[in-house]
Amino acid sequence: MSWLAVLVLVLVVVQIIAALFSVWQKDLLLAALGTSAISVVLSVLFYLLQAPDVALTEAAIGVALSTIIFVIAIKKTDRYEE
Amino acid sequence: MILYILIVLGLATFFVVHRGLKGPTPSDRIVALDNITTITTAGLVLLGLYFDRYIYIDVALIYGVLSFIGVLTLARYLEGGL
Amino acid sequence: MGVVEIIGWVIIVIGVAFLFLGALGLFRMPDVYSRMQTATKSVTFGTMGTIFGVGLVHPEWFWKTLIIAVFIAISNPISSHALARGSYKMGIRPFTKEENMDDLEPVVDKSEDEEE
Repeated sequence: MSWLAVLVLVLVVVQIIAALFSVWQKDLLLAALGTSAISVVLSVLFYLLQAPDVALTEAAIGVALSTIIFVIAIKKTDRYEE
Repeated sequence: MILYILIVLGLATFFVVHRGLKGPTPSDRIVALDNITTITTAGLVLLGLYFDRYIYIDVALIYGVLSFIGVLTLARYLEGGL
Repeated sequence: MGVVEIIGWVIIVIGVAFLFLGALGLFRMPDVYSRMQTATKSVTFGTMGTIFGVGLVHPEWFWKTLIIAVFIAISNPISSHALARGSYKMGIRPFTKEENMDDLEPVVDKSEDEEE
């Protein structure tokens, strides 16, 4: 098992942790932050799977654009769930 | 050589992820996300050196240019503006 | 292995050491503003050192790595400044030894009055 396989495994575990954090969080701002962390790790995974163009798009959209859209939506509605 | 450097980077990322999961206030978690993206930029450049492909540096360039916009939006939301 | 390459590896190792110390400071410090300063200063210097060192190891990549380092040096302090301002206005006060020791509060209130 090469160290790249170990790195991919660790990144997938971090992604699952961030997803669980994002699902269980009652504060929706922090949930949006969790989705941003997921897309950072997903971009590194695309990078390791030899697809730098997909990783580039994922970095641009996931880190910057989706966070802005989520924050604007939270600003227009409620911040806390229930 | 790059393997040991990446292990040190992974240890640093572990501390930052711990702060992001624990952090008492939302600001702590946003600082943690900002640091995750910055450490990821360094890691992507080092992996580009390992794979020895020029196009892999572009992903790190996009990270360096765009990663602060999401954090800026979250900070403006905390301030009450936007 | 030439001299420039050895210098590049040394700069990479120094940068990664600063990155690790910055992350350790983020783990250990007592309040938001201390964490923010250790994170921004140390992690920015470490990332710039790492990227610049890669540019020295691979001389064909030097200009692009220099551009990335300059962007990191511009964008990271901006986001940290906005975050510190936002968390002060949200109501988080710095961790101090004495109670109610806050020199910034009268200044902020006065400037907001002047704006209005």
